[in-house]
Amino acid sequence: MTSRLEELLSKRGRILADGATGTNLFEMGLLSGDAPELWNATEPDKIRSLHQRFVDAGADIILTNSFGCNRRRLALHKYEARTRELNRLAAQHARAVAEAAGRPVIVAGSVGPTGDLLIPLGPLSEDEAVEVFVEQIEGLKEGGADLVWIETMSAIEEMRAAARATTKVGMPFAVTATFDTAGRTMMGATPEAVATFLQNLRPAPVAIGANCGVGASDLIYSVMQITEAVPDAVVIAKGNCGIPKFVGEKVEYTGTPAVMAEYACLALDAGARIVGGCCGTSPGHLAAMRRALDTHHLGPRPDVARIIECIGPLAAPPPDAGAEPAKRRGGRRRAVEAPRPNAGRMLPTAS
Amino acid sequence: MAGSDDIVLADLSDQDLVQQMHDDLYDGLKEEIVEGVNILLKRGWTPYKTLTEALVEGMRIVGIDFRDGILFVPEVLMSANAMKAGMAILRPLLVETGAPQVGKMVIGTVKGDIHDIGKNLVTMMMEGAGFEVIDLGINNAVEKYLDAIAEHQPDIVGMSALLTTTMPYMKVVIDALKEKGIRDDIVVLVGGAPLNEDFAKAIGADAYCRDAAVAVETAKSYMMRKHNQRVAG
Ligand code: B1M
Repeated sequence: MTSRLEELLSKRGRILADGATGTNLFEMGLLSGDAPELWNATEPDKIRSLHQRFVDAGADIILTNSFGCNRRRLALHKYEARTRELNRLAAQHARAVAEAAGRPVIVAGSVGPTGDLLIPLGPLSEDEAVEVFVEQIEGLKEGGADLVWIETMSAIEEMRAAARATTKVGMPFAVTATFDTAGRTMMGATPEAVATFLQNLRPAPVAIGANCGVGASDLIYSVMQITEAVPDAVVIAKGNCGIPKFVGEKVEYTGTPAVMAEYACLALDAGARIVGGCCGTSPGHLAAMRRALDTHHLGPRPDVARIIECIGPLAAPPPDAGAEPAKRRGGRRRAVEAPRPNAGRMLPTAS
Repeated sequence: MAGSDDIVLADLSDQDLVQQMHDDLYDGLKEEIVEGVNILLKRGWTPYKTLTEALVEGMRIVGIDFRDGILFVPEVLMSANAMKAGMAILRPLLVETGAPQVGKMVIGTVKGDIHDIGKNLVTMMMEGAGFEVIDLGINNAVEKYLDAIAEHQPDIVGMSALLTTTMPYMKVVIDALKEKGIRDDIVVLVGGAPLNEDFAKAIGADAYCRDAAVAVETAKSYMMRKHNQRVAG
């Protein structure tokens, strides 16, 4: 069975996802430290209006306001009992806007990390993580999401848990990871390792890619590594609108609409077919990206020099961008190397 | 676990043992760190010297390789856990050996934020330097800080935030202190990777602390000032 996303892809070739949820909700009055997901119940008009502004700007895919809407994250605000309801509402709001759009708009149910580390680093077992995600995804399905959009992931085990949950509930899914620490996820997984792992999942995700992170330039660099590792995959680029800068006590992102349009072209040249924005990307930025997507003639694969020339330097470049990769020091000076608990960092194995 | 080829920590000279402990901390070997700490103590090292030279120095190296993209979060967490195990032995001794009580601090990660690795390091270092620290943990709403201040009467309030979306909450807490009329009675120190000096100033904190060592130094210098004021006044 082909999903709605696959249908649209085969019709269009390249499609536009939306921009930031969190950053824009702060603009609309969300307070620091509060759960954006509660607004699905208390401020439905604002949530729908943000979706509407992205659709008006040309988005083909809109993400539900449910990124942190799992019981572990909601527990920080004592809303865990409302997990299912808040997810259902999130999907319903997006669905209503999509239905009224007068053209195909896909509702992607956003699923972010649990916020807990998995055993042995943290308290959560992979099976428990699956349960946490199942509850969230059931709510999203109930509210009418077309697919599940697993995003901002950093641990392979957690991606696997979310994918398992999606399959259990019976929904198509996409997965994007965040490469924010020296070109890897903060857990140390490279774009290549993540891409290979995701591509080998069965059932396979509809699309894979990178989102958020440290800036548009770094994201393009990660996307290039993904398209190189798995050339056949449908790849998503959903990068931040530049880099956050403090102006007094306020955060502003450095990306202009012109920069984000350039970024969209680079993403296409790097092999991405679904392009969108993450933190800092407003409907205004997205409109510029829409025009870029509609008019861009595919160019050669960019290299680091061109990325820097077009949209600025990498904010957290991997140490091996050119040079000899740096090595771990230390290591127990044993005559015979005993296997160390963390010697094989958490990269995917065949499993 | 120990095979015949293992290093026997007790056979090492002080200098080699400390080196080995840095390596073991780097590798996140909890049991070995506990053993090393006990050996140094048995050899007459003070808890404070053990803490600073074996553990803190080891974590400093871990921090450098984390910054440089050589180590990632899993490794840093294992190291932090090993340090914590060593600290569990040292903490009661530090109190006992009367490393003089320098001051009292309430610290916590702000509301909406669950990052605590950095805050925990600050806590351990402050305790090591002789502060009594009340750790409120993660995700603290303004009431938690206010209640803890009322209960413990600290000299210092420390706040940690790692997200650009939760940093502004520090101002909420500081504004509440002002409103209660207790802002001037307390030193407010803030920290966390995305912060900087300007932000700290803009929200009305007393100081931004780049890392745990700076936090200790800053806290000490404020305590010194407070002491001098008391003497002068
Ligand atoms: C007196 O008071 C003081 C004084 C000094 C103080 C102080 C208080 N607090 C700190 N200091 C200072 O002293 C400490 C010791 O020297 C220092 O503390 P630091 O905390 O700076 O340094 C620590 C020793 C080591 N550093 C850290 O521990 C942070 C490392 C990174 C990788 C990180 C981690 C580990 C985690 N994370 Co998160 N995480 C990242 C971080 C990226 C990075 N590479 O830095 C960051 C902070 N995370 C981020 C994000 C986005 C998130 N994380 C999240 C979750 C997590 C984990 C749970 C997986 C884990 C935390 C585990 C834990 N128990 O703490 C989520 C947030 C959940 C939440 N609501 O809080 C999530 C939202 C991810 C998601 N998509 O869900 C990013 C923030 C982006 C932004 N602009 O806001 C991030 C910068 C990564 C990135 N580049 O994108 C100083 O700052």
